[in-house]
Amino acid sequence: MLLLAFDTFNGLIVGMFYGLMALGLALILNLNGVINFAHAALLVLGAYFAYMLVPYIGFWGALVVAPLLVGILGVALERGLIRPLYKRADPLYSLLLTFGIALIFQDLTRTIWGAQGLPFAIPHVLNSSVSSTFFFLTGYRLFVMVMAIGGVVALFLALAYTRLGIRIRAGSNDLETVSSLGVNVYRLRAANFALGCIFAGLAGVLAAGQLGLSPTMGNGLLMPSFVAIIVGGVGSLVGSLLGGLLIGVAAGVTTTYFPAASEAVIYAIMLIVLVVRPRGLLGEEGLFE
Amino acid sequence: MKRLREAAKNNEVSGKVEKVSPGSVGLRTPRLRRSAASATFWFLLATAPLWLSHVGGYTQLGTRVLVYGFAAMSLNLLLGFTGGLSFGHAAYFGLGAYGAGLTLKFLAPSTPLALLIGTLAGGLAATVLGPAVMRRRGIYFAMITIAIGQLFYFIAVRWNTLTGGEDGLAGFQRQPIHFGAHTLALGGTTFYYLVLVLFAAGVAVMRILLNSPLGHTWLAIRENQRRARFLGIRVDLYVWASFSISGTLIALAGALNALLNNFTSPQDLHWILSGDFVIMAVLGGMRSFWGPLIGAIIFLMAQDYLSSITGNWMTFIGLIFVVVVLLFPNGLLGLLARRGDTA
Repeated sequence: MLLLAFDTFNGLIVGMFYGLMALGLALILNLNGVINFAHAALLVLGAYFAYMLVPYIGFWGALVVAPLLVGILGVALERGLIRPLYKRADPLYSLLLTFGIALIFQDLTRTIWGAQGLPFAIPHVLNSSVSSTFFFLTGYRLFVMVMAIGGVVALFLALAYTRLGIRIRAGSNDLETVSSLGVNVYRLRAANFALGCIFAGLAGVLAAGQLGLSPTMGNGLLMPSFVAIIVGGVGSLVGSLLGGLLIGVAAGVTTTYFPAASEAVIYAIMLIVLVVRPRGLLGEEGLFE
Repeated sequence: MKRLREAAKNNEVSGKVEKVSPGSVGLRTPRLRRSAASATFWFLLATAPLWLSHVGGYTQLGTRVLVYGFAAMSLNLLLGFTGGLSFGHAAYFGLGAYGAGLTLKFLAPSTPLALLIGTLAGGLAATVLGPAVMRRRGIYFAMITIAIGQLFYFIAVRWNTLTGGEDGLAGFQRQPIHFGAHTLALGGTTFYYLVLVLFAAGVAVMRILLNSPLGHTWLAIRENQRRARFLGIRVDLYVWASFSISGTLIALAGALNALLNNFTSPQDLHWILSGDFVIMAVLGGMRSFWGPLIGAIIFLMAQDYLSSITGNWMTFIGLIFVVVVLLFPNGLLGLLARRGDTA
């Protein structure tokens, strides 16, 4: 029973990372129309930026600055490479482009910081177990949950109430109309891309303390985030988040009973959803058909 | 069938259509020049084991180029000629490889049987999974195909006892083929010719398909799906057929690849390889019949060369992706065709 609780909780934590990744991916997918293959590479960069920053500004400073750096990098990518592709109707090209960027980033990360994992110190305050029976309830895991929830709530509040957020939502529905109303959609798309990247960076910093810091730490997160979007429903941010949590917990529970299938179950769930409810849990009907 | 052909023709009138039609690169070049080019091409392939070593290659590289070129061409039936953006075709390639390897290792020491079972395994998987994607379009099609592919990757990684897990499946050898009294030992060069024969057969099948009403319908769907639907074409069924056939053909390539190396690993199922296949098709020109083969030749040679001179070859492969997308979106053959127009 304790084992099941342990695995479920673990799954929930991993699901939070899936959810954060999926949320950023979905933001970018909805407005920019791009599947960002480089998202996992950006997550890894966020983690390594934090690693470099910790000696100078401490963990808390790095937690804020590293994601912002990733966001700035995101703007540069969007401006320099992705923007020329918007006018091409075929989504193939943006896929291949971000795919190439992902290869480059992963290779450069390995060259700069080495293929081996690096130690990532988390503050002492967070590093203690909260309960002796439920040994897995460490302070850091709870902290990850709080940060993830906080980030998500902040995002949804921003989308609901700020001017930028409202424009992003409007643009996701109908970019042409937004453009004709006088909004600079190029700037809007750049800002949105940066926002998605910031979430990847945040997930990266949090994951560095939880999953360990290595150039390949993002590889296991990218595909499940795709699945999270498919399961949750393309077009729905809440759906992507729920999808991430759902498959994370499902993988965790499976670990207790049938460890070998803990990854495969994610894709099995996706297939079931595709057959039973093709649009995903909260997706709009008829999108991308 | 007449209305299907008209559907294809209508689209040509609309002016959006690429000038290069499938199965006939350079339709406007004189027939004589075309058959001369074709004869040279097949002559070069048939004599490759003789001249490859003189230009710095080796026979195994030649075989690999044929195998990957065939894989990219198979993918291109779906990608370039039906407009289905599959980013998960490595799954069927890998299933073919594992099907062939497992057959040789556990079932029977027969090369033809291994190829057959490998091909059928990949083809069956593509056929069964086709309905999950056939109604999707564009970017969503890509996401689902790539995610489905990962299912097989994790099965291969985790089912240690059968597949050898991360270390890959070893311990099988391609076996001599028996023709009655004759026995054909499959050494490096002989195997090249076996691959070449199967390559030629596969290419012939693709040509026939693309020149048939089925192929013309695929083109109509690629060019304007909505109009094809208005004409009463069951678009999803045709996409399914394309998915299934292209999955079967690429599985044959995968089976050949397993026999070439006497080894296969989960990397043969991984989405990175799917991306490689797509870039091969785009690099060579995915609107043309031979483009993917050209792309495979360039990509494999670049990979072979780069990995021998630098540890950072992945960066350069990534740069190839970026440069192709930004500067040569129509691929090399697309570039040449356009130049031919202006000349």
